[in-house]
Amino acid sequence: MPVTYILVLSALLFSIGVYGVLARANAVLILLSIELMLNSVNINLVAFSAMLQESGIPGQVFALFVITVAAAEVGIGLAIVILIFRNRSSVDVDEMSLMKW
Amino acid sequence: MAETWQLVIFWLLAVIIIGSAIRVVTTGNLVHAALYLVGTLMGAAALYLLLLAEFIAWVQVLVYVGAIVVLMLFGLMLTRAPIGKGEFDNNQRPLAGVVALAVFVVSSAILVDAFEGKEINLSTAADPSVEALGEAIFSTYVLPFEVVSVLLLAALVGAIVLARKD
Repeated sequence: MPVTYILVLSALLFSIGVYGVLARANAVLILLSIELMLNSVNINLVAFSAMLQESGIPGQVFALFVITVAAAEVGIGLAIVILIFRNRSSVDVDEMSLMKW
Repeated sequence: MAETWQLVIFWLLAVIIIGSAIRVVTTGNLVHAALYLVGTLMGAAALYLLLLAEFIAWVQVLVYVGAIVVLMLFGLMLTRAPIGKGEFDNNQRPLAGVVALAVFVVSSAILVDAFEGKEINLSTAADPSVEALGEAIFSTYVLPFEVVSVLLLAALVGAIVLARKD
C-alpha cells in the first residue's frame, strides 16, 4: 500500500480539525476538533512506524505519548470550560473577551 | 490478492473516518458531534489494526472512545448547552474553509512530494509485538515516559483545583 494514501488521509483529517477550530463557537466543540487534529498526527506516526518495519517502534511509542497528552489536555480543557460556564453562564468563545484589550 | 483487500479495507476506513469527521465539524447537534467523533476514532483504531499496531489500536479504543468521549459528553451536559438543534458556528465559516483548504493543499503536497513511491509492505512486515514496544518504552524512552506520568499527575491536580467549588 503506498504510504502517501495514509498521509493524505491524515492531512485531510487535520484540515477538517482546523476548520472545526476556526468555525465553531462552542468551546466543547472546539475541543472535539482539537481531538481530530491530534488523531491525524497519530495516524501519521503509526503509518511511518509500519513503513519502517522493525525500526519503526519509536513511531508507536510517540503515538502513545500523544494519546496521553490528549487525555491530559481534555481534562484540563473541560475543567476550564466548566469554570468559565460557572462564572459567565456561557461557553461561547466569541463572548469570552474579558482579557481582550 | 492480499494487497487488493488491504486497499479495499483502507478505502472503506477512509470513507468512515473522513465522513464522520466532517459531520463532527458541521452538525448542529452537540451530542451528535461527540457521537460522530466515536466513528472517527473507531475508524482510526481499525486503521491501526490494519497497520499492525494492535496495542495502539486498543489503547485508542480504551482511552479515546472509553474516556475522552465520555468526558466530552459530561462537559456538554455540565455546561447545559442547549442539547438539540442550535447554531454553534461563528460567522467566519467561509474564511475557516479557505484556511482549512490551504492547510490541506500545502501539507498534502509536501507529504506526497517527500514520500512519493514509498510503500508499506504489510505482508512481510515483522509483527511489531507489544513486547518490543514495552522494551522501547522502558529502556530508550523511559525519561519521556516518566515526564508524561508527571504531566498526567499535574493535569489531575490542575483539573481538581480548577473545577471544585470553594
